[in-house]
Amino acid sequence: MQEPISSPAAPNPLLPIQNGIKGLVEKLSRIKHQVTETVDGSKAIGTGFGITFKHYAEQQLKLKPSLTIQYPEERREQFPRTRWRHALTRYDSGLEKCIGCSLCAGACPARCIYVEAAENTDEHRISPGERHAVRYEINMLRCVFCGYCQDACPTGAIVLRKDFELASYTRNDNLYTKEMLLEPAKSAAVPLDETAVADQAKA
Amino acid sequence: MLDNLTEAWQHLRNGLYQAFIFPEYWHGIHLPALVPYLALVMLLAFTLGTLPLLIWIERVVVSLMQDRSGPNRLGPRGLVQPVADVLKLFFKEDLQPANIDVRIYYLAPFITMFVALAAGAVLPLGSVGFRAADGHLFSVPLTVGNVNIGLLYMLAASSVSVYGLVLAGWSSNNKYALIGGLRASAQVISYELAMGLSLLCVVVLAGTVKLSGIVEAQNSYPFGLHFLPVFLKGSIFSWYWLQSLIVPVLLYTIAMIAETNRAPFDLPEAESELVAGFHTEYSAMKFAAFFAGEYVNMLVVCGLNASVFWGGWLPPFNCFPFTFVPGFVWYGLKVMMGIFFYVWLRATLPRLRYDALMNLGWKKMLPLALVWLFLLAGYSTLRQSNLSLLPKPASAAQTMAGR
Repeated sequence: MQEPISSPAAPNPLLPIQNGIKGLVEKLSRIKHQVTETVDGSKAIGTGFGITFKHYAEQQLKLKPSLTIQYPEERREQFPRTRWRHALTRYDSGLEKCIGCSLCAGACPARCIYVEAAENTDEHRISPGERHAVRYEINMLRCVFCGYCQDACPTGAIVLRKDFELASYTRNDNLYTKEMLLEPAKSAAVPLDETAVADQAKA
Repeated sequence: MLDNLTEAWQHLRNGLYQAFIFPEYWHGIHLPALVPYLALVMLLAFTLGTLPLLIWIERVVVSLMQDRSGPNRLGPRGLVQPVADVLKLFFKEDLQPANIDVRIYYLAPFITMFVALAAGAVLPLGSVGFRAADGHLFSVPLTVGNVNIGLLYMLAASSVSVYGLVLAGWSSNNKYALIGGLRASAQVISYELAMGLSLLCVVVLAGTVKLSGIVEAQNSYPFGLHFLPVFLKGSIFSWYWLQSLIVPVLLYTIAMIAETNRAPFDLPEAESELVAGFHTEYSAMKFAAFFAGEYVNMLVVCGLNASVFWGGWLPPFNCFPFTFVPGFVWYGLKVMMGIFFYVWLRATLPRLRYDALMNLGWKKMLPLALVWLFLLAGYSTLRQSNLSLLPKPASAAQTMAGR
């Protein structure tokens, strides 16, 4: 659509025709060029109007789904290997996988994991190995969600899941304790509350 | 009652657009004298009352055109969202920047708002039919001021409306606002020429600058072909968009968008370049006044478009189902279609570059409008003179001339 602002060869269109027949032909070709340009531009604009109206009709008549995900009601499906909120997993028997080895804390580049271990006894068995974690805390404000803790864990206890809604009102709410991270037992072998009570008693 | 209905049916068959006729005097009250007051109430109710609705229409339509959802939380389909927005604007802090020209700064939004509303005063919103005591029928256009220079008044008002923008930019003590104000003045002056000339094309055809007169002039047979069936009298084909051979309506539509500083001609408030242009430094209700002024301006120029080019209150076909719908409903529909076009355009075209804007206004639209004005002047002379190739009508078409 846009003409060059100043081209030296362009004659002034307002001046009368110069150079006889040649000038006339030149002038006519310029007019023809301008008309073609205008017609092409109008066609392009018309195409644009058609596109927007097509989308409007599709959306208004609900022929095609809207691309918007209505967030609180529906959530986007996360990718299979998404790393978000941590979880401490259990074996099928209900025993915790974590053995309190602190390898995750060592692997953590943000130094946001704190593990305190204690011995397992036959009367009070929490994990299959010798030891279990009494305290397991992650500072989610410092966590970079790199997943190194998951890689470092020898028993596959700490995993990063797909829950992404981690917002909170206070800083302290972001200090995730073991009770928050530990996933509930499937069977009632070691109920979560009992573990917590036992841990508190020991501490 | 039955008499009234049969009479109404007779009117329709005779090609009159009024199905409902009121008596001139009712309990001693001269009803035609009350029409301007009714128009005043309707104008204010329509322009100010539909503002939230317009904002809602714009947001929803644009979002649907962009495959988004738009407001859909508050009320059915987000219908109450504009109310919440207006409430928010009410409670915003009224900031006053440092080193401003205080009086002009506070005056500017009210100039915008006042001029936009005042321009609507001459728009004919409809037409009311009356029967005088001696039995003859006449119609009174539903306008606040049925002045005989209505079109000139509209053009004058649209010229004055730029003052609000320019003064806002000037007084804000802000470079972006100043550039926005300058752009507004240059743009409005440039496009006023093409706008005036395209309206002049219609004036040449109608022979009047009275807006109700222009609408009534459209209540005729298309191109004076009086042998056509009566349902085409005053129909969509006899409105001036077609009778002026389409080009003036295109020119006016482009010019009216440029006049109201809307996309793709929104250079005065180009948010990607000038923050918010002339209203950068305005907050709270002063900003709301600009916002409302812009929307009222849109309504008014669409109203002018509807009454000058799209037959005002006339129904699209002069036959049964259309003629029973009151005229102001048709007028409102036409105005709303103009608003839809605004929104459609906003979703479709990107903003023009400044030199392209000037190029379009001065080098394309102005010459084309001039050429068309001469063409239509010749055409209307031909039609009025004896040189007309068409056969003469048997009798003068029955018109309901306004008083």
